[in-house]
Amino acid sequence: MPSKQDKKPSIIWFQGVTCNGNTHSFLNLENLDKLLNKFEILSHPSLPSTKDFDTITNCTLVCDIFIFEGTYDPLMKRNDVLISKVVEHYAKNAKYVIALGSCASFGGMFKASAPHRNSGLLFNEQEKSGPLLNVQTKIINISGCPIHPEWLAYTLSMIEKEREVEIDDLHRPIELYSTLAHHGCTRNEYFEWKVDADGFGEKEGCLYYKQGCRAPMTHASCNKILWNGVSSKTRVGTPCFGCTEPDFPRQNLFSTKTNMSIPEDVPLGVPKRSYLTMAGIAKTFHINRLEGKLIDYKTTD
Amino acid sequence: MARITKEERKTNIISAALKLFSEKGFYITTIPDIAEKVGMSVGNFYNYFTSKDILAKELVMYISEYLGESIRKINDQDITTEKKTYEIVSMYFNMADERPEMIEYFLRVYLSNREVFGDGCEGMICVSPFVTEMMMFFNDGVESGDLHDQDFFSAFGLFMGYLGGMVFLFGEKILPEPLEWYKESISQNIYNALKTR
Repeated sequence: MPSKQDKKPSIIWFQGVTCNGNTHSFLNLENLDKLLNKFEILSHPSLPSTKDFDTITNCTLVCDIFIFEGTYDPLMKRNDVLISKVVEHYAKNAKYVIALGSCASFGGMFKASAPHRNSGLLFNEQEKSGPLLNVQTKIINISGCPIHPEWLAYTLSMIEKEREVEIDDLHRPIELYSTLAHHGCTRNEYFEWKVDADGFGEKEGCLYYKQGCRAPMTHASCNKILWNGVSSKTRVGTPCFGCTEPDFPRQNLFSTKTNMSIPEDVPLGVPKRSYLTMAGIAKTFHINRLEGKLIDYKTTD
Repeated sequence: MARITKEERKTNIISAALKLFSEKGFYITTIPDIAEKVGMSVGNFYNYFTSKDILAKELVMYISEYLGESIRKINDQDITTEKKTYEIVSMYFNMADERPEMIEYFLRVYLSNREVFGDGCEGMICVSPFVTEMMMFFNDGVESGDLHDQDFFSAFGLFMGYLGGMVFLFGEKILPEPLEWYKESISQNIYNALKTR
């Protein structure tokens, strides 16, 4: 008989309205097998599981960690059972509920399919009015579209080590979401001197002024914990879409909303007046090195 | 009699210099002229400003801060953009009427002697407080739905170019009526040109 020490925390990974993006992202985790060895996977859409799906939807089991991926639609059925019943049962009996991805956290992309009834588990966009209000202390939101595999690995590892996962007002782990996607961006020098990117995929220029980049107001660690260990959207010249925030997805993701050429949203916590003063002065100067192609700049001229 | 503070003395120099520069021109006005008008020695003048060029730049910043502060008070009010437009026009014309040297200096010295302001006062550096508040005015106007979205400089040029032109005509004594008489029609023209269609 296994001792108490050998008892691995059990996981049920259950899906609502989803594109499987978080499942696929998680499968890219480096050392996935080492992490999985620490848990008992009762059910997962893609990984070997110890229970079949009928057993899961019969709601006779319990688990330590209930991971829900996708938007919550109270009328949706899986295996001919309302997911509202399944979610209620496992959330009530689990120690932790992880709302995985922006759909499960805030409604996200698939809220649009039935905006009047779909939501995240605890939040409906930024309003705390989801179906799991009564068990909210158990809920950890890992927002993102998709999540970075390391974000889930971090959270599961903390739970497995019985360490507290500190969360912010939107129930996201502070360790992962206290920084902005802007932090660590390789284009920060262009941001400082207000040099725009000419287009997507360029190495040069900042994407905030014209291309719709939301990194200066988006809580995420994409430029700190790099994707596939090497890169991020902004590093390769695509704007951050702000996918970890409750208002995702916004409209016109590839263009910056301006009012008379002035960005409607300015970097988080910076008064617009202060930002405009600083930006106006920075734009006065023309730094040759930043205005051409990096590889063409010669320091010996 | 209370002793005059260093800050007050500096303000006096600014005031005298603005008048002399705008009346006689930047190059003709000398530091001894300014010192004499303030009632101080030339040597003492240099304790406040180390050169005429530095004084010239400080004057632009002084005017920009004055304008910026005045527009900020209007921007911070809970009134419509139409009313704000009137208030900015009114403030500007009052200033041209009561302290003509400030606008004159801006139009006749700052904008006409760019070689003096090229180093250290280029672009937004010396006029930032004023331009920033105009940016806030336009931004808030679009955000509230009162103004239509367009390029900032197209709107800025329409607004400030118009006012500068009227003050120039006023200074040349060409306007048949006092500036006060034009406030309503000009602010209405500006608002009509900028408002949401």
